[in-house]
Amino acid sequence: MSELAFFIDYARCIGCKACVQACEECDTHRGQSMIHLETIRRADSVQTAPQVCMHCEDPICAQVCPADAIKKTPEGVVQSSLKPRCIGCSNCVLACPFGVPKYDAHIDQMMKCDMCYDRTSIGKKPMCATVCPSQALAFTTLEEIEQTRDGVPTNVWRFGGETVRTKVFVMLPRHAPGIHVDVVRRDGSMVSPGARGEDVAAMLEG
Amino acid sequence: MARLPASIPDLVARFGPHGQITPPGGWSASGEPDRLVKTHCCFCGQQCGIQLKVKNEKVIGFEPWEDFPFNRGKLCPKGVKRYLQNEHPDRLLTPLQRRDEAGFEPIAWNDALDRTAAEMKRIQSKYGPDAFAVLGGASFTNERAYLMGKFARVALGTANIDYNGRLCMVSAAAASKKILGIDRSANPWSDIPLADVILIAGANVAECAPITTDYLWRARERGAKIIVLDPRMTPIARTADLFIPVRPGGDIGVFNGMLHVMIERGWIDRDFVAAHTTGWEAVEATIRNYAPERAAKIAGVPASMIVRAAEMWGPAATSFLLHARGIEHHTKGVENCMAALNLVVATGRIGREGCGYAMITGQGNGQGGREQGQKCDQLPGARDIENPEHRRYIAGVWGVPEDSIPHKGLSAVPIVEAIHDGRIKGLLSFCFNPAVSLPDGNYVRAALEKLEFYAVGDFFLSETARYADIVFATALMEEDEGTTTNVEGRVIHHRRAVAPPGDAREDWRVMCDLADRLGAGEKFRFQSAAEIFEELRVASRGGVADYYGITWDRIDREFGVCWPCPSIGHPGTPRLYEGNTFGHADGRAHFQPVDWRPAAEEPDEEFPVILTTGRVVSQYLSGTQTRRIGSLVAQYPQPRCEMHPKLAATLGVADDDFVCVESRRGQIVVRATVVRTIRPDTVFVPYHWPHDRSANNCTVRAIDPVSNIPEYKICAVRVRKVDPPADALASLATEAGGVA
Repeated sequence: MSELAFFIDYARCIGCKACVQACEECDTHRGQSMIHLETIRRADSVQTAPQVCMHCEDPICAQVCPADAIKKTPEGVVQSSLKPRCIGCSNCVLACPFGVPKYDAHIDQMMKCDMCYDRTSIGKKPMCATVCPSQALAFTTLEEIEQTRDGVPTNVWRFGGETVRTKVFVMLPRHAPGIHVDVVRRDGSMVSPGARGEDVAAMLEG
Repeated sequence: MARLPASIPDLVARFGPHGQITPPGGWSASGEPDRLVKTHCCFCGQQCGIQLKVKNEKVIGFEPWEDFPFNRGKLCPKGVKRYLQNEHPDRLLTPLQRRDEAGFEPIAWNDALDRTAAEMKRIQSKYGPDAFAVLGGASFTNERAYLMGKFARVALGTANIDYNGRLCMVSAAAASKKILGIDRSANPWSDIPLADVILIAGANVAECAPITTDYLWRARERGAKIIVLDPRMTPIARTADLFIPVRPGGDIGVFNGMLHVMIERGWIDRDFVAAHTTGWEAVEATIRNYAPERAAKIAGVPASMIVRAAEMWGPAATSFLLHARGIEHHTKGVENCMAALNLVVATGRIGREGCGYAMITGQGNGQGGREQGQKCDQLPGARDIENPEHRRYIAGVWGVPEDSIPHKGLSAVPIVEAIHDGRIKGLLSFCFNPAVSLPDGNYVRAALEKLEFYAVGDFFLSETARYADIVFATALMEEDEGTTTNVEGRVIHHRRAVAPPGDAREDWRVMCDLADRLGAGEKFRFQSAAEIFEELRVASRGGVADYYGITWDRIDREFGVCWPCPSIGHPGTPRLYEGNTFGHADGRAHFQPVDWRPAAEEPDEEFPVILTTGRVVSQYLSGTQTRRIGSLVAQYPQPRCEMHPKLAATLGVADDDFVCVESRRGQIVVRATVVRTIRPDTVFVPYHWPHDRSANNCTVRAIDPVSNIPEYKICAVRVRKVDPPADALASLATEAGGVA
């Protein structure tokens, strides 16, 4: 059996926040959730999107850390900042292209998702992917995903001219081009392609 | 007189609801438990498997239970946080009695039980046996539901017992019985991913049955088409192949219109219809009047959507129908369900792999709660209380004369009306919060004030329990033991994790203690819930819902057993109607012709907007439990009125403004949420909150003539922008009915 991996399928997310509530129950950071659930544009849509740490192959958060406080495990899991080293500068918070690390002023340290290292290291699935009722978050093998899902996984992201590879995969529609995130035009034309499509009044007009 | 014994803010200060966020021992305490207890979530009919962490005899957290096949560790936010109730500061630790003008004070168990039994005797001797009513709940285990029914008929001798499942499953139940012959989902959930087309009617699956979403998405991954009927674009509707934003109350237009197209295009399984059904001719005659153009006017959607739905459903090789409260909470709720079921039977796609139908049970033990005899018209085993043979069998099990068993009594809403009219003077209720959950809230609360005596069993002081004379402090699911029957008809085992806190007692002990004082003690000598289950097995034997072959040991070994299971060697019945054998005496399915008719209250000039109500994912029913869990409260703190920007523009309302939603019966003041994901003629308000935030202040007290379910899904309102409220109730915390 091949290695277990983390997959996000945004089309499956129902916005229930089971992931957020369950993450808060994890023993290593009880009381603080490390996963973000984004509501995209509630006025236009019920679409939501979960955001775990994507665990970049060459993590930008670690590159920009002046204190060398962010480490990657041999398995490729990018960890929270090391308490003795973190100086709370928030460089990582600003640099992460996925908006994942958060500076916790209460403990003066950056904390983020570590893919439930305490659970995955003893053969369990991460908490969020275990409870996720829609399996928008799934922790399984690449083979299993390819057999059971219609979409295709990718872990290559282009941000402007820069390419980022991540340990976490996201599911794309079968014939979709890769992911390319660029600057949004001022007229907002890239922002809301689905807005009319989810307007119930427009649907009723036929 | 049962007026509130203190002001609402004073009662809230003492008894809550308070949102508990921190687990016992605090967040920083070690989460390492002394033991893990495999049990089930108490919220909703999915009854997901879950493990509770117990440390120092307190429930301190949860761990997913990945081996339980129904949900494989998956949970919704309610399941994740349910553990916070066991050590909750609002828990009732002793019985209470009301002190006028002073609230409630503790009372010894013996005194509370003596007084309740004495009041039962006094009221029944003065006004007649049926003047004392009982209301139970679908949050009961099967054992408690069974005992509640037996208590009412044998110990109290009243005909008037009903339960809050009356607000949930009764339309689906009646329709299923009329057409298919059995009141149960026809298929196990494992059939859902095998269907090629899935029709989801009036079911906000993502918020009300979240783990079912994975079953739907698994079907979609292998190419299934999904059709969703809902006035709102819910999270599953967003990515459905066909979303039909039906007008509330217009569902029959869609179903009958689809059948019209299917008849025209030859998508009826005529061989199946001839061999295994009755009544098709009457249906075909009715359907002639539902050409898509007319059907579309009833449904309030373009005709092309109805035709498209028929084109997806009609020729499919396999299919699955799922429906829930969206089509059931109507004065034509039974008819709505029957029109949907006609679509299943007309195609012959039932009783085999990937083909069938399920009603999505809303309440925890919505299925089992109605089979054990706490429904006004049923005896254990889903038996008919008016059937002489059924009465004789149960009389034999109970060791009482058949003629001592009361006949059919009033259902929940008529019980409240009888209280209001003075025909019922006394009430005993468990896990039912009608002050929040029944329609026409002002009327319901006025009725509660008229009771001469009211006793409540609950673990928290609900908004309804505030009207009580005596409150029994009872146990949570994880503090008792017993079985429930999930959405698939699967009987499962809730294990006891810890003992009830303080002097709180299991509900079934309270019933036995009361029965003793009413002179029926010898019929209630149960020492454990397991003993009650043994009697329930016998009582259900030979009934439709036959549990005789199910034991707690088997449930544990087999991850639950589906009824009917008539003998120990029987494997149970996950899928009904295999081999096209239906539940009626003639073995056939019985088509039922359905004509559309308007709702009890349609919008008019004075009240021009449709109000429809429902749930949010982080709250459960009347909120007695979930409004006390702080992180669930934070997820959706207060009810909001969802409206389309087109309607908002005509009202001059902007997102987040306060609006007054007003019907002929009452009003609420809540914030507006302006979204394009709802029909412009309809507003939506979730119903989980009390007082001036209770959507049921507005809803109409009208019930389906067959199922007696209230019409929660449509009433007429007007909406206007108002200033932020600043009165004493608005100043409470949101979990107690305030605003933020």
